[in-house]
Amino acid sequence: MATAAITTERDNYLNHEYGIRSWLLTTDHKRIALLYLASITFFFFVGGFFALLIRLELLTPAGDLVLADTYNKLFTMHGQVMIFFFLIPSIPAVLGNFLVPLMVGAKDLAFPRINLLSWYLYIIAGVIYVICIVTGGVDTGWTFYTPFSTAFSNTKVIEAGIAIFIVGFSSILTGLNFVVTIHRMRAPGMTWSRLPLFIWAMYATSIIQLLGTPVLAITLLLVVFERAFNLGIFDPTRGGDPLLFQHLFWFYSHPAVYIMILPAMAVESEVVACFTRKRIFGYNFVAMSSIAIAVFGFLVWAHHMFVAGISLYSALVFSILSYLVAVPSAIKVFNWTATMYKGSISFDTPMLYAFGFIGLFTMGGLTGLFLACLGIDVHVHDTYFVIAHFHYIMVGGAVMGYLGGMHFWWPKISGRMYPEGWGRLAALLVFVGFNLTFFPQFILGYMGMPRRYWQYPPEFQVLNVLSTAGSTILAVGYVLPMIYFLWSMRYGKLADDNPWGAAGLEWKTSSPPPTFNFDEEPVVTWEAYNYEEIPAPLAEVPVEQ
Amino acid sequence: MFDNFPLWPIRASAGAGNIDALYIFLVALSALMCVAIFAMIVVFATMYRRRRGVEAEQIEGSSALEITWSIIPLGIFMIIFLWGAVIYFHERTPPRGAAEVYVVAKQWMWKLEHEEGQREINELHVPVGRDVKLIMTSQDVIHSFYIPAFRIKQDVLPGRYTTAWFRATKPGTYHLFCSQYCGTMHSGMIGQVVVMEPAQYQAWLAGGTTTGSLAASGDSLFQQLGCSTCHRSDTQGRGPNLVGIFGRPVHLEDGRTVIADENYIRQCILSPGTNVPSGFKPIMPVFQGLVGEEQLTALVAYIKSLNPSPSGAASGTGTQNP
Repeated sequence: MATAAITTERDNYLNHEYGIRSWLLTTDHKRIALLYLASITFFFFVGGFFALLIRLELLTPAGDLVLADTYNKLFTMHGQVMIFFFLIPSIPAVLGNFLVPLMVGAKDLAFPRINLLSWYLYIIAGVIYVICIVTGGVDTGWTFYTPFSTAFSNTKVIEAGIAIFIVGFSSILTGLNFVVTIHRMRAPGMTWSRLPLFIWAMYATSIIQLLGTPVLAITLLLVVFERAFNLGIFDPTRGGDPLLFQHLFWFYSHPAVYIMILPAMAVESEVVACFTRKRIFGYNFVAMSSIAIAVFGFLVWAHHMFVAGISLYSALVFSILSYLVAVPSAIKVFNWTATMYKGSISFDTPMLYAFGFIGLFTMGGLTGLFLACLGIDVHVHDTYFVIAHFHYIMVGGAVMGYLGGMHFWWPKISGRMYPEGWGRLAALLVFVGFNLTFFPQFILGYMGMPRRYWQYPPEFQVLNVLSTAGSTILAVGYVLPMIYFLWSMRYGKLADDNPWGAAGLEWKTSSPPPTFNFDEEPVVTWEAYNYEEIPAPLAEVPVEQ
Repeated sequence: MFDNFPLWPIRASAGAGNIDALYIFLVALSALMCVAIFAMIVVFATMYRRRRGVEAEQIEGSSALEITWSIIPLGIFMIIFLWGAVIYFHERTPPRGAAEVYVVAKQWMWKLEHEEGQREINELHVPVGRDVKLIMTSQDVIHSFYIPAFRIKQDVLPGRYTTAWFRATKPGTYHLFCSQYCGTMHSGMIGQVVVMEPAQYQAWLAGGTTTGSLAASGDSLFQQLGCSTCHRSDTQGRGPNLVGIFGRPVHLEDGRTVIADENYIRQCILSPGTNVPSGFKPIMPVFQGLVGEEQLTALVAYIKSLNPSPSGAASGTGTQNP
């Protein structure tokens, strides 16, 4: 079925100006979002390549594919690339950058030039990190634990530390921009209670970025100083305390998990509402649970240290606080599920990712209860159980959210539709491949296989083979969208302004939007998710009569 | 049944059963929750799939439901927390009178020394049914002592002692892993725990050659380093009398009161100036860099052996940083 033909292309942010200069010096939040998209996609495939090598090494119990030192660098750089150069910027810097001004009805972010600066910081950090990789890499584990990182590793710890120090500032600036934009730039009538839940979750994320990231920056600087100038901060032989590092590191790095997962939750709320054609069940509870996660998330860091040698009583406190932060996450899952009740549900690709997200996030969340439980954590800490758990959250949750969001807003971003059939196939492959890769790791973990092992006892092999097999399916599932998104930019069907029949200001402007987003400033007189007033789209796929 | 494909770890310690029980409870609870949520999604997705002419029914939400599904999980979480905390408390509190094994970790091996003086590398022999307390430190980076069959794990830190304990229940040979990433051969820092019947264990003890008990080597070191000139067993010494001091509270010159546990004794040897007991002058020389980890453990074992009865207080995790 053909959409309305557009004969002459409207002026939009993509065709407004041409040339490399118009991109590299742009202050348009939408163009900066695309700059980020290209950069993080590059790092995603770098990190993914490391992951595939890790899985291939683990196909056999003996360490036979790469050297032990190489393996240690692979898992270190896989973690650092994926966390600092892909996951943390993923939804905020790409979808958030593109959508926050559109959703609140603003012309741009509050500080457009700072927004461009944040991308340049990201690129400077990225270049330093790539130099670190090609000149030998780093082998400390993504966690930089001392005194190994400051006194024993012979690799490029300082380069990696500086790269991550700088990329942190790009994250801080993005957060700052969002907080100010959400406070100050909302269109007339866009009250706090009318904000899309995407904005609420992005707001919570930005708060964590602003408050948490400086602590990571300080910590990494101290590591660099101890290593370069022999200061005694963390190394006990120089009078330091290695546990102090762990406290400082996790003070940021636990909330960082919420920097990764809250934006995925942000996407879910929009997608579930659109494809059930309903207001999200319990809007206030979903909005406030984001804030609660951001606040409680700062109080649970030492649950990474139950066997590290902290006192018995502080372990009790951090365990109970960790259970408190689980409640708002549970609230969200229940509310998304309840939203489906008496909805009008269609199964387009973004919704398939949303189903996948809810399933995998639920499993990741439930296994988090095991790790917050003191008695169980002692056994499974630093085993593959932990690896499986956080991949369910960060890949099953955050990456599924990111991909779902990319499919949902792709028509708005590119002005073209992606091929729906391929989209569904890729979503299915990602879901199946993901579970095959990571579910066996829960069993491996309880069996006692420690993480970061280059070689392992033979009884763990069968489960590792399953995991490696799954990772190849997962890889195909990730390469497919990149191919068909690129394909659709040229050959995809032209998209309507609102192809999904979705609520939200971003769908009220053209696809792709003009440079200043709206031809005239929108005035909001309706609540979020007013789906009773928006007609469902003419279905691409046949609908039952 | 699954020789090459085991799905459950061997259970070989007194504490392992409790942990497995809680784990099974959590697995069952999680499975139930998953089934409930997935079933709801499938049912809703089927019943409310989009049909022409059927509109979604707009529902605002329900505070009663929200409160219900907040309070009930919270209650369940608190049960899990308490259950886990009880296990952890038990795991972290070594029983009195446990046999002590000193562990020194280094890149990439485990060195273990029994009270009787037997030394082992990457192997630990223990009898069935005896409480064993591990007093561990590292010579370089952080390691972690992990025996999956016993469900115990404890990071091993440089510059202080951490402790763990277990009671083996089943003879056999079990994995000992380093579970905290420690450099190139982290995955090679593995060994085995051999659990033996008491009679066999006695035979193994008798078979080894030792230079005397750990406390005895500590004693000769104590004389050799000249400690005994000040730390005399009467009240005339320039340093405190160490007889019976282990496990007792000590009043320090700066007003603090600390328990004289392994970490305190270690700190006193390495940097005495920061831990001067009240009534004494800071005249003791610093031994940082002069005594190695293994000599330190011998000295600690010797000072503990000066206690008249089997060591008094169980020293908890004993990981406070002074």
